[in-house]
Amino acid sequence: MAMAEQAVSTPRNPAASRTGKAAGWRTFYRNRWFYLMMVPGLAYYALFHYAPMAGTLIAFQDFNLMKGIWGSPWVGWDNFRIIFDNPEFWPLIRNTLLISLYKIVGNLIPDVLLALMLNEVRHRWFKSLVQTITYGPYFLSWVIVYGLVFSFLSPGSGLISTFVRDAGWGQIDLMTNQDFFRPMLVLTEIWKTTGFGAIIYLAALASINQELYEAAVVDGAGRWRQLWHVTLPGIRDVFVLMLILKVGGILDAGFDQVFIFLNARVYEVGDIVDTWVYRYGFERLEFGVAAAMGVFKSVVGLIFVLGANKLAKKVGGNGLW
Amino acid sequence: MSRILHRTKPDKAADTLIYAVLALFALSALFPLYYVFIVSVTPYAEVMKNGGFVIWPKQFTLEAYREIFASPRIPQALRITAFITVVGTALNLAVTTLLAYPLSKKSLAGRNFVLMALVFTMIFSGGMIPLYIVVRGLGLYDTVWALIIPGMVSTFNLLIVKTYFENLPAEVEEAARVDGCGDLGTLVRIVLPLSAPIMATIGLFYGVNHWNEYFKGIFYLSDKTLMPMQVVLRSMIQSPNVSTELSLNSLALNALPPETIKMAVVVVATLPLLVIYPFLQKYFVKGALLGSVKG
Repeated sequence: MAMAEQAVSTPRNPAASRTGKAAGWRTFYRNRWFYLMMVPGLAYYALFHYAPMAGTLIAFQDFNLMKGIWGSPWVGWDNFRIIFDNPEFWPLIRNTLLISLYKIVGNLIPDVLLALMLNEVRHRWFKSLVQTITYGPYFLSWVIVYGLVFSFLSPGSGLISTFVRDAGWGQIDLMTNQDFFRPMLVLTEIWKTTGFGAIIYLAALASINQELYEAAVVDGAGRWRQLWHVTLPGIRDVFVLMLILKVGGILDAGFDQVFIFLNARVYEVGDIVDTWVYRYGFERLEFGVAAAMGVFKSVVGLIFVLGANKLAKKVGGNGLW
Repeated sequence: MSRILHRTKPDKAADTLIYAVLALFALSALFPLYYVFIVSVTPYAEVMKNGGFVIWPKQFTLEAYREIFASPRIPQALRITAFITVVGTALNLAVTTLLAYPLSKKSLAGRNFVLMALVFTMIFSGGMIPLYIVVRGLGLYDTVWALIIPGMVSTFNLLIVKTYFENLPAEVEEAARVDGCGDLGTLVRIVLPLSAPIMATIGLFYGVNHWNEYFKGIFYLSDKTLMPMQVVLRSMIQSPNVSTELSLNSLALNALPPETIKMAVVVVATLPLLVIYPFLQKYFVKGALLGSVKG
């Protein structure tokens, strides 16, 4: 990488030692094509990332689409007062954190287990077949997963509902059942992402020094002792890093999944910050209040991510950046 | 493989268990898809007679598919989705590459500032409401471009490509420059041909995301005729009235149970992915690993 740096910089910056504006402009001009290439991409980031960041100012407005950001009245911290005084606020936070937590706990173990089991397989064709099949669902949309769940659980015709009814256990409707909503989110997440989540652990397993196993065998370690003393320590760092990163994103309970599975009967256990923002903004047109909640979530989320990254560095990983 | 070494004591029972659990894992990944497909091609009377469970139907029927494709809604939605998948992915690749290439030059003035600004968008966002107002303000609301432009570059993919460019041998590019190639010429004629695997990988990620597009549809569109496939699929699954959803009112459709129609629409929305998946699967693995190594 140092080579690349040198190769590009040496012939391009003969005037590097010369200082002053003129030299700066010359370098800029020499690289003009590079800067031109970046224009569409930078325009995208300016318009669709940085302009909305500035647009969070509407959290301090009684925003009205017709009047726009210039014409809407400023209301100070009113919108924030509205969200914190709202009786829905704490249930929302609770739902968001619990759903995230359940998903973190429910997913980490299957990811690792699948990787460990695949690692024990000696027939290559079997290993790659299972891998190919199990990470397929990752690429299906949540809408399709919803459709699949519907085919099992729809009260009138779902496979499981029909079975339960035919067995004489009565009519069930799990898709609108409050007790089942969070487990359903965890189960569908496991179904969709486990194959994909195992990949990173497989990579970690592949990089374990084989001599460690040989030494363990010489010491008379059986399969389980090898697992305990060599394999698990080999993936511990990746495991801890993944855990920390997931905790850092704990305010993101998975908007796409939750939104698609959510219905009015399960709001009490399933409404999360993002779905609330959607309803307040797009359905009630309370843009200022919705934006205030969005800002609250972004700021707290940022603190979590930065904290998680710091922690990841402390435990010996590289962190995200 | 030296791995055989650590298996000096074969443990038949454990091996059998592992193979069995893995097979079960794979089956549970496949079964829902298989089941939905079977329901969509089996006459409903047969499904009901067997308590909803048919391993292999005695009679096949493509009635549901015929009705779906006779309706205006599904072909329309498929056209929109195909359009955003093809055009969107092409634009994604172009803009991402053009931004990643200069950023791979470590001596470029301003590079670090730009990189920091881009990475910051991965951890902080203005939220969905301000973005919606921007999309409206730019006049994209209720146009097909609202499905494409607001997701033009994925920072994640951008960093992957940037890292890949950084690791290309510098000599090749130097040779091109000596031969009189400009920066753009070098990118198009030298760098891109060397980057086919990474382009396939991120192109695939972008493409799948377009095919699965749902939220931009419900955020930025009110015109039903512009809705992508996933939006139509979700409202169909939830609706008690399939013929309104399809904007089709035929005798044949009314004679079909809504469940069969719904399952057939799930299959139509899934099939293209399933068909290409086995061919492109190796790129997905590559992408997943690249993503886990930091940009």
